[in-house]
Amino acid sequence: MCETTFLQNIQNDGDGMILTGAQITVEILKEQSVDTVFGYPGGSVLNIFDALYSERRAIRCVCASHEQGACHAADGYARASGKCGVVIATSGPGATNLVTALAAAYLDSSPIVAITGNVSTASIGKDSFQEVDICSITMPITKHNYIVKDIRSLAQTLRNAFAIAQSGRCGPVLVDIPKDVAEGEIEFDSSSRADYKFNLPDPPQKDLLYAASKINTAKRPVIYAGGGVVAADAYEELERLSDALCAPVACSMMGLTALSSDNPRYLGLVGMHGIFSATEIIHKCDLLIALGVRFSDRAMINRGLIEKGTEIIQIDIDAAEIDKNMRASCPIVGDIKRIIPLLAAHIRPTPRKMWQKEHEGILSRSKTQFDMDFARLNPQLILERLADVFPDACVATDVGQHQMWTAQYFRFRSPRTFITSGGLGAMGFGMGAAIGACIACGGRKTLMITSDGSFHMSMGELAAAVTENLPIVIVLMNNRSLGMVRQLQRVFFDSRFAYTSLNRKTDFAVLAQAMGAHGIHVEQKDQLDAALEEAKRASSPILLDCTIDPDEMVLPMIPPGGDISEIILR
Amino acid sequence: MKEDQFLISILVSNHFGVLARIASLFSKRGYNIDSLTVGETADCSLSRMTIVSTGDEYIRTQMARQLEKLVDVKCVQVMNKSDTIVRELLLLKVFVDKDKRSEIMRAFDVFRAKIVDLSPESVSVELTGEPDKLNALIDYMRDYNIVELSRTGVTALGRNGYCLSEKDGSL
Repeated sequence: MCETTFLQNIQNDGDGMILTGAQITVEILKEQSVDTVFGYPGGSVLNIFDALYSERRAIRCVCASHEQGACHAADGYARASGKCGVVIATSGPGATNLVTALAAAYLDSSPIVAITGNVSTASIGKDSFQEVDICSITMPITKHNYIVKDIRSLAQTLRNAFAIAQSGRCGPVLVDIPKDVAEGEIEFDSSSRADYKFNLPDPPQKDLLYAASKINTAKRPVIYAGGGVVAADAYEELERLSDALCAPVACSMMGLTALSSDNPRYLGLVGMHGIFSATEIIHKCDLLIALGVRFSDRAMINRGLIEKGTEIIQIDIDAAEIDKNMRASCPIVGDIKRIIPLLAAHIRPTPRKMWQKEHEGILSRSKTQFDMDFARLNPQLILERLADVFPDACVATDVGQHQMWTAQYFRFRSPRTFITSGGLGAMGFGMGAAIGACIACGGRKTLMITSDGSFHMSMGELAAAVTENLPIVIVLMNNRSLGMVRQLQRVFFDSRFAYTSLNRKTDFAVLAQAMGAHGIHVEQKDQLDAALEEAKRASSPILLDCTIDPDEMVLPMIPPGGDISEIILR
Repeated sequence: MKEDQFLISILVSNHFGVLARIASLFSKRGYNIDSLTVGETADCSLSRMTIVSTGDEYIRTQMARQLEKLVDVKCVQVMNKSDTIVRELLLLKVFVDKDKRSEIMRAFDVFRAKIVDLSPESVSVELTGEPDKLNALIDYMRDYNIVELSRTGVTALGRNGYCLSEKDGSL
């Protein structure tokens, strides 16, 4: 075996400073314009936290209550800002606690650099105290990972980690730094740059021309926008394409903020619990332009939901997404932000009056068709009122019914304002993610929509939000049960509610107060507005414990593999 | 090689953990590895892997694209069978009585297997060739007392100008 190539490439011109590995780590964070890191200290990262402490004016260090929360916070920060999130955890349990959060970031393609400590290189492989092989553990849930066994490669490895996390299809990268590497000293070369290069050639002209010809002849085009549009920051490009084609825009859950809900062509969520009118319009289209979507099983855009013979143009930055879950008649690999203008050059803007009339008709017809019972406090009412009171807030959620209701009823107006665990569906994601998102938004009011089930999983992070004094409004939809699973039991298990009606005795408002936050009970519909007013005035964490009916369902619902005729509406 | 078997050649960075990454990807995506060989190339910073797997067009394409995404993978090529030299090495040991010894030696001659160890009780041979040729010898030797055998798995190289290049992965 020979030395890794980057070791050979390091130029040591002898005019750098002598720094410890920990100081080099912090220098690289500064070099990468990192302003905030999330983490939790421990034995193997003592040196790194010590070096961070020296640079506390340049880098804010937010300590969570649990490493998972810290990593969700880094993820929330990355999703809300579009920048790379950074989390630092110690070896052993600190590292393993990152696993769920790394998987969440990986499945939603969120750029994170996770730095873990490890035992000294001499102790590796000896089952030392707090030693785990975190690289092997996280291999399938990171884009790449490294263990740095030689301080000479530390700076370059960290630079590469940032480059990999943020290039192409983004994702988490983990760098494991043994204690002796963090302690050791070496000359630091600040002029060096990452040697990792990501090349994405423009697609062949003939592919663009073919796609354009399909678009120009389509009578009923629909754009299906996913997380890839948000990741590429291609909002304006999407809007222009939609205008030129007169094509309505449906979104996967990850794509929800790609177009403002104020736009008349915005259809909202499609998928397992998609808006019915959006599903109906997709069913009628003759051309589906899929931008940065992976046609996941929950997105449920399967052949049963679209007409036979509907052409699909799929544009994605990841070649492996082409034909993975759905065969596209016209696949294009590339950066959406770059491809849309290239494509637009060959497109004839067409009014498509008939199509516009038809889909507008469908939209207006089903407007109030599936409203919940407004006689009582219900999730739709809560979310619509939240959207009125906090129209531009960044919204983080946990996972379950409340997450789907938020996706359906909150009116998102600007990009990157919906922070949710789509691919992994990790309960406990919300509180950490809200902390990260709130900081990324410069301390702007941030909503955290959750439920009793999810909140129980990660409520310790409320303590961190209080410490950081963040203006987070936690809206807890309390149905005393695990609503989404309960709903599945109701539909598919003949209402046998096995282990989902937990009826915990937790008083969340009192709990919030015990943790230094403010808490309010909202049990009746008429208490909602006053509570929202109070939440609006709050400058630190406040929790609204909203009582809802355990039988409230997320509708519509498409059973797995089902087609449009099988949608459950009531 | 069976009809639905295919051969993928990969250039990867030559450092620890890369084999684990490839194996992890196969396990994560549910692909089967029929055989895998790996060794350093003329450029000591790169290793070449030859993987034999089974599956249809969908699996083949997905496998190649997923492999291409790994940071340590520099080049992936699903090899065109007719343009590829394929070889495997077999070591085989049989216990053989004196009276059967000359008969078995003749068989080794026919297969062009090379005797690499001889003792009063046993003969060990080495045979290199396409997997089918190795199978044929093993099948023939089943009538005798095969003590143990070891196969290396397939390694392969494109013919003439058919090379793996770090840049675009094609000719």
